[in-house]
Amino acid sequence: MAATSKNQAANVPRGTRIRGKWNKQSYQVIKKLGNGALGTVYLADSNRGNVAIKVGIDSMSITSEVNVLKQLSMVQGTVLGPFFYEVDDWEMNGRCYPFYVMEYINGEPLFSFIERRGKEWLGILMLQLLRDLGALHREGWVFGDLKPDNLLVEGSPPTIRWLDVGGTTGMGRSVKEFTEFFDRGYWGLGTRVAEPSYDLFSAAMVMINAAYPQRFERPKKDSELFLLNKIEKSPLLNAYKPILKKALKGSYQNASEMRQELFSLLQGVKSVASNRSPTSSKSRVKSRQKRQKPKKQKRSGWIETVLLFAFILFFYTLYLVGHVF
Amino acid sequence: MKKGTLRQILLITDGCSNQGEDPVAMAALAREHGMTVNVIGVLDENERTDSGLKEIENIALSGGGIHQLVYARQLSHTVQMVTRKAMTQTIQGFIHKELQSILGAEKEIEDLPPDKRGQVVEVVDELGETMDLEVLIMIDTSASMQHKLPTVEDALLDLSISLHSRIGQNEYALYAFPGKRKQVEQLMDWTPQMKDIHTIFPKLSSGGITPTGPALKEAIEAYQKKRSKRGLLEDGGYFEESGS
Repeated sequence: MAATSKNQAANVPRGTRIRGKWNKQSYQVIKKLGNGALGTVYLADSNRGNVAIKVGIDSMSITSEVNVLKQLSMVQGTVLGPFFYEVDDWEMNGRCYPFYVMEYINGEPLFSFIERRGKEWLGILMLQLLRDLGALHREGWVFGDLKPDNLLVEGSPPTIRWLDVGGTTGMGRSVKEFTEFFDRGYWGLGTRVAEPSYDLFSAAMVMINAAYPQRFERPKKDSELFLLNKIEKSPLLNAYKPILKKALKGSYQNASEMRQELFSLLQGVKSVASNRSPTSSKSRVKSRQKRQKPKKQKRSGWIETVLLFAFILFFYTLYLVGHVF
Repeated sequence: MKKGTLRQILLITDGCSNQGEDPVAMAALAREHGMTVNVIGVLDENERTDSGLKEIENIALSGGGIHQLVYARQLSHTVQMVTRKAMTQTIQGFIHKELQSILGAEKEIEDLPPDKRGQVVEVVDELGETMDLEVLIMIDTSASMQHKLPTVEDALLDLSISLHSRIGQNEYALYAFPGKRKQVEQLMDWTPQMKDIHTIFPKLSSGGITPTGPALKEAIEAYQKKRSKRGLLEDGGYFEESGS
């Protein structure tokens, strides 16, 4: 749409001083952090230290995000989303660019962290994510656009943080913003009504994405079966199969239910991991046996049919022979 | 409190009109009737974007709506997004007028301090979620669109998932142009459910002409008819004056 006018806010050069029209605070741009649907985020220096600034074009959508951030900053106890500092307008070259200032989260993208530190982090970070989602839901919000791009792992001990709250929607409304792969509507597995199970579906898809970094497109039909197949084919996901399955089906009423089951699942996995080699090979054998069982039954069924047929043929021949003589 | 209904025409096409009235003029007429005309241009993967672009843009501009060019595979996401954005834009338009009557003629939302804008946005969000919506969908079924029609079908189903997740009521009607014998053909009369779409789509036949203007004209008439019918139902025999 307004692609040409977007450029100025999307390419603010390093060293530029962004000065607020209303609050008179000023910020010096250090570098660009990323492009969102509704604006560009920069790292900037200020008297608060390093902050992240989102500069947009449309003041309504920037304001809408500010509304959410303000609400989240009011939630006590847990840190949900980046901490919000202020909102203002920046006038440059006769145009007015709305912007807001928030905490700079100096983290690593979720998947690169898991790649670097080990697959076992996936389950643990998911536990953290589900706890935060639970807190968010209790406040009457649904995250909406949950995807790896919006998740960072920060600090030590590693903690999962979420970035973009553009999709955050009040409970019971229709989800404002979503990404197809993580959207249950796209997969034909539910509505886009903002409710806890919407986020839990996306959380399951984030885990699936971890095993399939390239993602994949939906099939023409039976997408539930298709996704379950993808889970079974991946050794990483197979460990989480029971909770993934339920999350995709929308069987969880809230995040803590899913978190609880993931927790006990992880405990099971951990005890397996502690005496790694014998148990894991045994369990592998077991699972192979399990998979082969139905095959065997099928084969024995087939043998039965052949035997029966041979038997009948034998008697029929006897009967024919009896007739001839 | 009756919140009123948003009326949209959603035009899905891939190029220039070549028959009948000027679609840009028809879009302007639709706007006069209180409808918004949104246009989505569907491109082939290796298609350049200039042909037909200007017309698509102009139709949306004079229809007070939004236009967007997309490749067929991105259509689903775009259709629901454009519809949603257009709703917000229309509502912002109302609010803008209201604000001007309170704050004075030259005042814009941007003239409010950022802290006050929050409340305005909340009102817009609330209305976008709860207002009733009527979307008349017009699909270009000319020859070049033929292989894109399955994607269009997916996109419309996707749209209905999004709209049905809202609190407000929705109604759809579906038209194709060119029709089998006429320039425009009604595929589906006003209905709150889009689910029977599979049964309609295979029947589409594609021809060489693209009568976008006449199609828009028909859409306006369809809205008028719907209105007068409703007037009859709600006000007990009273015909609402139609401006045509």
